[in-house]
Amino acid sequence: MKPEWELWAQEAKAEFPKANSALLPLLHRIQSQEHYLSEDTIRDVAVLLKLPVPYVESVASFYSLYYKNPVGKRIIHVCMGLSCALNGSDELMHHLEGKLGIQEGQTTPDGEVSLLEAECLAACNLAPVAQVNLRFVGPVTEDTADQLLTGEVKS
Amino acid sequence: MTQTFYLLRNQAVPDIDRIEVYEANQGYQALRKALKEYEPKALVEMVKASGLRGRGGAGFPTGMKWSFLPDDGRPRYLVVNSDEAEPGTFKDRELIEKNPHLLIEGMIISSYATGAREAYIYCRGEFLFGSEQLKRAVAEAYQRGYLGENILDSGFSLDIKVYRGAGAYICGEESALLESLEGKRGNPRLKPPFPAVAGLYGMPTVVNNVETICNLPPLVENGPEWYRSMGTEKSPGLKIMSVSGHVNRPGNYEIPLATPLRALIEEYAGGVKGGRQVKAVIPGGSSVPVMTKDQLDTPLDYESILAAGSMLGSGGCIVIDDQTCMVAVSARLLKFYREESCGKCTPCREGTFWMTDVLERMEAGEGTPHDLDLIRDMADNIAGKCFCPLGDAALGVVVSAMKYFPDEFEAHVTEHTCPMGARLYDTVNH
Ligand SMILES: Cc1cc2nc3c(=O)[nH]c(=O)nc-3n(C[C@H](O)[C@H](O)[C@H](O)COP(=O)(O)O)c2cc1C
Ligand code: SF4
Ligand code: FES
Repeated sequence: MKPEWELWAQEAKAEFPKANSALLPLLHRIQSQEHYLSEDTIRDVAVLLKLPVPYVESVASFYSLYYKNPVGKRIIHVCMGLSCALNGSDELMHHLEGKLGIQEGQTTPDGEVSLLEAECLAACNLAPVAQVNLRFVGPVTEDTADQLLTGEVKS
Repeated sequence: MTQTFYLLRNQAVPDIDRIEVYEANQGYQALRKALKEYEPKALVEMVKASGLRGRGGAGFPTGMKWSFLPDDGRPRYLVVNSDEAEPGTFKDRELIEKNPHLLIEGMIISSYATGAREAYIYCRGEFLFGSEQLKRAVAEAYQRGYLGENILDSGFSLDIKVYRGAGAYICGEESALLESLEGKRGNPRLKPPFPAVAGLYGMPTVVNNVETICNLPPLVENGPEWYRSMGTEKSPGLKIMSVSGHVNRPGNYEIPLATPLRALIEEYAGGVKGGRQVKAVIPGGSSVPVMTKDQLDTPLDYESILAAGSMLGSGGCIVIDDQTCMVAVSARLLKFYREESCGKCTPCREGTFWMTDVLERMEAGEGTPHDLDLIRDMADNIAGKCFCPLGDAALGVVVSAMKYFPDEFEAHVTEHTCPMGARLYDTVNH
């Protein structure tokens, strides 16, 4: 457990005091520091919020943006939704798979980049669209696809 | 073509996400007017008189929803649904990213009208920038005295909190949203009781879509007669349509309801790309049946679209050109519902799984004629048998596509090839 987590838990509870509403905000904050939620982290969060460990586990596993396994520093979500598919999302995904030498759902062996599928990101006007660490990039063209791999990332 | 900017003000005024720009463009004037000139009940009556209907998908009359709150002295909540994830829909994201103060002003007016002292914005987890914009705008609104204690000396007090989801389409369903907001898995609740009676933390709660609430400031400013001067008797006012797919100018367009679908596609969105023709249109987000090129003169209002066999839904309009395979379209959408089924009930969880499997196998040229019966049979076993509307939503496109384009489906299983001569995507990737 990192020392600041105790304070973060208090802040989450102060903002969302009722029911277990502090849980999702705290998981977000800790994951943004840790990149993913290990079993130990889940246990720490349970202790901090006085919740049963299996409860925290079960909530965290419901949501696709909480990662149970280590992920890359750069997480690329390629939207595979219909509007993006109509505008070349699958070709984009294949291009990135080829460049990175991994399949969608995987992380490069050096732990730098994870390549993930996303469902419609509510940015169909930017199709085909991707997110790099949840920042939108689009429309991604053949010429700009490689910037997903090298462009500056905010966290 | 009438292009107004009551909701999408950001398309006319740059930087209106900043409070000083918003204020300089009549921002928060409607709030002043509401607090000074109206009793809460009179505002509810105004919303009823305007005929405003919910823009989250179901089109339920907003004023009526507000009047369902029991008058029993318990605290009430306003929860704004900003979980936008219905494929093809991207209007709420533009509103929160580019014009967040409109939503906040609308929320303060709505909370005053409904008697809420605490309001929440449930923001989709993927909208990181959107949630940052909302948090910043909320902080600015506190600084200027639009939020907090005794707002503008009216005696009315309100707090707004921004809460980020974490990736789950089902959390757009209002009862699942409330579960998630309480820190649980986002499984839908049994209804009744409806949120108006037992919602957030068990208290009376109004859940409204972002766009719905954004209608409040212009409505208070201009009055219900103005609102009713657009659209039809039953579908009055303005709607934002998100247009995407095979169009030249994909984007959000604010239209008076009952604008013809053809005008939306050709005039607003610049027509079909590459000079090709429309084959099908999904007019209201991926959960509604497709319309065909013969139906393009249908006015975009709730009743007319329903009469044409589809639904206006969320206003996510996906345009599909004449070189696209409808089996591929159906397969792609079923995969979405398979991924997003919360797994609580069997017909939805298993049905979307197997339907995706069969459609992908058909698209890959590996289907058999029996598969067509199988899809119809599975559709019968999902329709009306699921715990929440997601199961039925999964059927809209595939069932209508099979009805309008039977030859395409037939050819996939008899000739083991796509008559469009093209595969939209490779189906072995599942
Ligand atoms: C599976 C499913 C997903 C939904 N997603 C959304 C959504 O993302 N945003 C939204 O406003 N409403 C969504 N709804 C509708 C909500 O349940 C609810 O009706 C709506 O938020 C009410 O607001 P309104 O009356 O202003 O439209 C969804 C419904 C279902 C069944
Ligand atoms: S219909 Fe689907 S999403 Fe809705 S409760 Fe059942 S399994 Fe969950
Ligand atoms: S389909 Fe990709 S953002 Fe909507």
